[in-house]
Amino acid sequence: MIFKHDVVIVGSGLAGLRAALEVADGLDVALITKVYPTRSHSGAAQGGIGAALGNEEPDSWEWHMYDTVKGGDYLTDQDAAEVLATDAVRAIYELEHMGVPFNRTAEGRIAQRAFGGHTRNFGEAAVKRACYAADRTGRVILDTLHAEAGKRGIKAYSEFQLVDIIMNDEGVAGVAVYEIATGRLHVFHARAVLLATGGFGKVYKVTSNCFANTGDGVYLAYRCGIPLEDMEFVQFHPTGIYGLGVLITEAARGEGGVLRNRDGVRFMEQYAPTIKDLAPRDLVCRAMMKEIREGRGIDGRDFVHLDLTRLGKEKLADKLSDISSFAKIYLGLDVVTDPIPVSPTCHYMMGGIPTDIDGRVLNEKSEPVQGLYAAGESACISVHGANRLGCNSLVDLVVFGRRTGVKIRQELEQMNWKALPSDPEARVAQIIGRLKGKGKGETAARLRAEMQQIMTDRCSVFRNEKDLEAAMSEVKALKERYGEVTVDNHGDSFNSDLLEAMELESLLGIAETILLSASARHESRGAHFREDYPERDDENWLKHTLIRQTDRGPVISHKPVTITRFEPKARTY
Amino acid sequence: MIRLEFKIFRFDPHVDREPHYKKYTVRAEPWERLLDCLNRIRWEQDGTLSYRMSCAHGVCGSDGMKINGRCALACQKLVKDYQDAEVLLEPLPTFKVLKDLVVDLEPFFERVELVRPYLIATGSPEKERLQSPEERKKVDEVIRCILCACCTGACPVSNENPEFLGPATLVQAFRRIFDSRDEEQAERLKQLDYPDGVWGCVNHFECTRVCPKSIPVTKSINLMKREIEKG
Repeated sequence: MIFKHDVVIVGSGLAGLRAALEVADGLDVALITKVYPTRSHSGAAQGGIGAALGNEEPDSWEWHMYDTVKGGDYLTDQDAAEVLATDAVRAIYELEHMGVPFNRTAEGRIAQRAFGGHTRNFGEAAVKRACYAADRTGRVILDTLHAEAGKRGIKAYSEFQLVDIIMNDEGVAGVAVYEIATGRLHVFHARAVLLATGGFGKVYKVTSNCFANTGDGVYLAYRCGIPLEDMEFVQFHPTGIYGLGVLITEAARGEGGVLRNRDGVRFMEQYAPTIKDLAPRDLVCRAMMKEIREGRGIDGRDFVHLDLTRLGKEKLADKLSDISSFAKIYLGLDVVTDPIPVSPTCHYMMGGIPTDIDGRVLNEKSEPVQGLYAAGESACISVHGANRLGCNSLVDLVVFGRRTGVKIRQELEQMNWKALPSDPEARVAQIIGRLKGKGKGETAARLRAEMQQIMTDRCSVFRNEKDLEAAMSEVKALKERYGEVTVDNHGDSFNSDLLEAMELESLLGIAETILLSASARHESRGAHFREDYPERDDENWLKHTLIRQTDRGPVISHKPVTITRFEPKARTY
Repeated sequence: MIRLEFKIFRFDPHVDREPHYKKYTVRAEPWERLLDCLNRIRWEQDGTLSYRMSCAHGVCGSDGMKINGRCALACQKLVKDYQDAEVLLEPLPTFKVLKDLVVDLEPFFERVELVRPYLIATGSPEKERLQSPEERKKVDEVIRCILCACCTGACPVSNENPEFLGPATLVQAFRRIFDSRDEEQAERLKQLDYPDGVWGCVNHFECTRVCPKSIPVTKSINLMKREIEKG
C-alpha cells in the first residue's frame, strides 16, 4: 500500500530519533526501522559521549575541535568539527534534561573520563571528556530518546526494511519498504526523506557491528547516482574480543587498562609516548598488528592482551560492568584477575553519503539533492575525517541528527510532493521474484562469507595494491555469482533468508566502493594505511574521495577539505 | 568441534494448523554461541527457520527465547554448556507466536508506555540537574534493562494473567520512580498500586533468575511495594 507522510526517517538509532524529535511538532513524521527501535545499533555504544564540559578538569571546545581534526588526520572538514565541538556541550545538557542517567562526580555533575585521542591544550596530555553511564552509554541514550519519541506520539514502523529510494529528476519522492512480518511491499510517499541507516561493518568477517548493519541506505543512495565519500576509511577498533569481535570499550583504557604483548610489555609506550594506550584507534591497531607480525602476540599468536587487572574490582563493577560480563560470558574470564585476549575488529565507517553540516545530501557537484537528507554513520559530513575518535560518534548523532531535523523543518515549506512513478516498487518486486525463483542457485550465506573473508584478508588495517587488486576481481566475481542466488524460503512472514539475500546486494556494492576508493588513494592517512605508500601526502591527497555509479561504471573524483583553524601538521601522540 | 542436537519449535500460523518440532544437528566450536548454531541451521540446512537477532552479544535484546525450558538470549549461551543433552528451543511464553521463534512484542512495548517511561521534571536549568552519586546508584541496576522480555515471558503471573503489568514494565517504572530528578514519584507509585500492578507480583523470582542482565527484578518490585506501603 502507499503511506503518505511529510517526512520519512529511515533508521531509529540516535541520529534518526533525534531528528524525529525535532520535526515531530506539527509535522507528520514516520520512523521506519528494520528492527524494533530499541534494538538499533546505537545501543551497543559503550564508553561515552564526548563534550568539553570541563566537569572533571579544565577543558575547552577548541581543544575538542583540534583533537577531532588531528584524530581525523586532517581530512576532517573543520567547519563540521567546529559545529560538533561547540554544540556538543548543549547536546549533553539536553540529554541530561531528557533523563539520561549519566554517572556523576562527587559534586553531582556529569562524570567524565579519558578516551583515545582526546587531550588538553592541543595534545599535552589526555583529558577527561567522555560523559558516560557505566559502559552502556549508547543504550541508555537510545532508551531515553525512544521514550521521548513515544511521548511525542511519533509513529514508528518497526520491522519495515528499506528496499529502495524513489527518485526522479526533481529529487526524492519517497522510499519502497518491505514489511518483514507480512512480506508486503509498501511505498512511503514523502516530501523529505532522511537516511539514518547506520554503518555497514557486516562487509567484514570480524566486526563489532550487529547483523542489521548492512548499509542498505548507503548502497541504495549510491544506486540512485548519489556519490559516496571517503569509503576507504574503515575504522578498526583495537579491542575486539579475540575471534568474536565483540567490543571492549576504549573506556577500559581510559580508566587505566593497558595493552600488553607476549612479554608483558606495555608496548604503546613506544608508539605513542605521550598518551600511550589512549592514542587514536588507527594508531593503536597498527601498533598491535606490528607486535603480532613481529611475533610478539600472546604465545606468538594473532592477539594481544588487554590488562584491566590494575583497575580493581570496584571500578570495574561501577564503570565497566557490561564488558566485565562479556569477558565472563564469552571467555569465562574474570577481568579483575585475568587479561582479555583482543584483536582489531571492524567498528565504524568514516565514509558514507556526503552531506553538508545541515544533513543535506550532496550530489557530485556538491549541490543539495532536493528532499534527501542523511545523518549518523550513514552520512559523511565529514566530521571524522580519516579516523574517528572514540566518543565522537554518539555526539555526532545527537548534534547532527538535531541539525538535520531543524533543516528539514526549515526547508519543508518550500518542498512539494514529487510524483511517484506508476510502479514504484516494480524493481524490488522483480528482485524478490528472482530470488524466490526456481532452481538451486548460489546461497547468499556462502557468498557473504566469501566476501567477508576477502575484505578481512585484503582490506583491513594494512592495505597494498596487490591485495586490493586481487580483492577487486574476487568481489567482482561474487557480484556476478550474486545473479544466481536463490532462497530456500518462499514464505512471506519473517523470511530472513530473503532479507539477507537482498542485503547482500548492498554489502557487495559497498565492498566494491571501499576497495576502489582504497586502491585509488596512494598515501596513508588515518585508518587507511597503504604499505606501498606508507606516508601521508598532503600535497597530492589532502582531499576527499568521491565514488559515483555511472553508465561507464564507478567513477572516482575528489573534493577539497575545509580547513579553517588548524593547518595540517605531523600527527604524533 | 562439538556435535549438538537441536529440537526447535516450528509454527507458521498462516500455513500450519498446529505447531510442531523439528530436529537439526549442528557441529560447532565449544566457544560459539547458540545463536551461531541457529544461524548455521538457517544458512546451511533450512532457510525457512525464523528468529530475531541483531547485536549477538546481549545488548539489543532481540533473541530472547526459551532454551531448554528457560527464557534466555541465544547469543549469551555457549555451545560448551549444552554438549550432553538435546537443546530445545521454543518461543518466549506468554506472547503470541508470529512465526517459529518470533513472538508479537507489540503489546509488551505498548505496556511499557503505560508507565510513562520518561523523565518528568519541570524547569530548564542552564547546565545539568545535579544528582549525587548515591542517588544515581539507585538506578544503576535497572538501567541495564534491554527490554528483551525474558522476565515477562518467564513470569508465572504474566503467563496466567494478561492484565498483570509484568516485571519488565515494573522495572521501567522503577527506573523513573527512583530517579531523584523525577518529580512524579508519588503519582507514579499510585499508578502501580492496584492488584494487577505492583501487587500482582507474588515473589516467584523467575524474572530475577532469568534476567540476562542480572537485574534484581523481584527485589526492585518489592522496593516499590514498600514505598507504597510507606504512603
